[in-house]
Amino acid sequence: MSQEQIELITIDALLEKVRAKKAQDCRLVQISATQLPGSIELTYSFDLNSQLTNLRLSLPGEAPHLPSVSSIYLCAILYENEIHDLFGVQVEGMAIDFKGKFYRTAIKFPFAATAKIPCASSAAAPATGAAACATTPPATTGVKTI
Amino acid sequence: MARTVIPFGPQHPVLPEPVHLDLVVEDEKVIEARPSIGFIHRGLEKLAEKKDYIEFVYVAERICGICSFIHGQTYCQAIETIMNIAVPPRALYLRTVWGELSRIHSHLLWLGLMADGMGFESLFMHSWRMREKVLNIIEATTGGRVIFGSCKVGGVRRDINADTIKTILKDLDEIEKDMRDLTRVFINDSSVKARLCGIGVLTKQEAWDLGCVGPMLRASGVAQDLRQQGYAAFKDIPVVPITRTEGDSYARCAVRCEELFQSVEIIRQAFAKIPDGEIAVKVMGNPTGETITRTEQPRGEVVYHLKANGSKFLQRFRVRTPTFANLPAMLKVLPGCDLADVPMIVLTIDPCISCTER
Repeated sequence: MSQEQIELITIDALLEKVRAKKAQDCRLVQISATQLPGSIELTYSFDLNSQLTNLRLSLPGEAPHLPSVSSIYLCAILYENEIHDLFGVQVEGMAIDFKGKFYRTAIKFPFAATAKIPCASSAAAPATGAAACATTPPATTGVKTI
Repeated sequence: MARTVIPFGPQHPVLPEPVHLDLVVEDEKVIEARPSIGFIHRGLEKLAEKKDYIEFVYVAERICGICSFIHGQTYCQAIETIMNIAVPPRALYLRTVWGELSRIHSHLLWLGLMADGMGFESLFMHSWRMREKVLNIIEATTGGRVIFGSCKVGGVRRDINADTIKTILKDLDEIEKDMRDLTRVFINDSSVKARLCGIGVLTKQEAWDLGCVGPMLRASGVAQDLRQQGYAAFKDIPVVPITRTEGDSYARCAVRCEELFQSVEIIRQAFAKIPDGEIAVKVMGNPTGETITRTEQPRGEVVYHLKANGSKFLQRFRVRTPTFANLPAMLKVLPGCDLADVPMIVLTIDPCISCTER
């Protein structure tokens, strides 16, 4: 186990950074989204020689959008369509755009802060999305990987 | 020539689970494949916000009915990483044994499905007959056949005593012998070769660029296996990735055949080296932090991204399953193939839609 490498980037630098990863012959391992209070955090994970490196950027909670990296890594289409369908992030320029039909979910954008999902921690009263379920403010900590 | 769109799935004889392809064909040649999934998306990742992190291992195990144990193991490893929990060595060895038994039964299941898909019914039945013997070992040691329920945060719930280990090793000798006979057919039979050789070829660079994992990646010549990173007991049991260079359906079948024997050898080594001692430690408090944990499932690399904020509910639970990573490659190799080869190509990625629709 070792401390994982996470590079914080801005949305403007995303394509340039991902191109650099591709030039190093990295494999795109995953793109992960996390709904935080007021923002959405995206993590792009890459593998090279079995070592994981990550690019991380933050999107605003309202009307989030970002450029597609599918022109660099074609396999990103699955992750990007997933992020759109679950979190409501508009991804511009996807090589294959399922236009919201990638997942057939009963609730539109179920992982978004605005999703109306009953929350177990608040008994019978319906709450508003993941942010309403969180009981403690998030802490900023080191990330570990194995 | 006129083009025709042929729907393939979500219910199809070779697909036990729902995935749909619109196959654009000219005569008998596939020109384009348009995928569609999401028929049974279960939203298990969202459930992490409602189930406490100890209880959630049961949900993680139910992501998949085939690699259920390794899902539970990876989840536990991720929580243990965040909370700096030192798992007893004996528990790590037991996890390794159950993980490799899972790999054997998963590969035998796949070989059976593959044989069934090509109409080789007796081969299908032999594959699953052998799988039953592996499931019997799993049942004898965990009480379950599909969902083991034996992994928990901090260790494992059950031990395997010395007498049972002796019985398992004896059974493994028989299973290995049977598997030699079985895989000899998959590797040498002319009708199997006719259906698999040169079909669905994926080059080494294509496999890497498309983010492939597991046997799909190794069959194209990339020597990557997450077990080399030394999680569980793999720090004491070295694993050399099994690779082929052809990159076709036959190579993917051959890699899985060889991995059966590799797993048997790993189990033997694990039982030879397993230390005495506790099988679990008590877990106190709630996790705070984040981890990205990867392990090698039968279908390839699985990625668990967990984020915890000090409450008993995880802030984020995200799983990238191996089938999800292998779908783009399937779409890459389908164009240009004969329509009759589509089932073989789809099967050779060993698709698990239950995992994909977690």
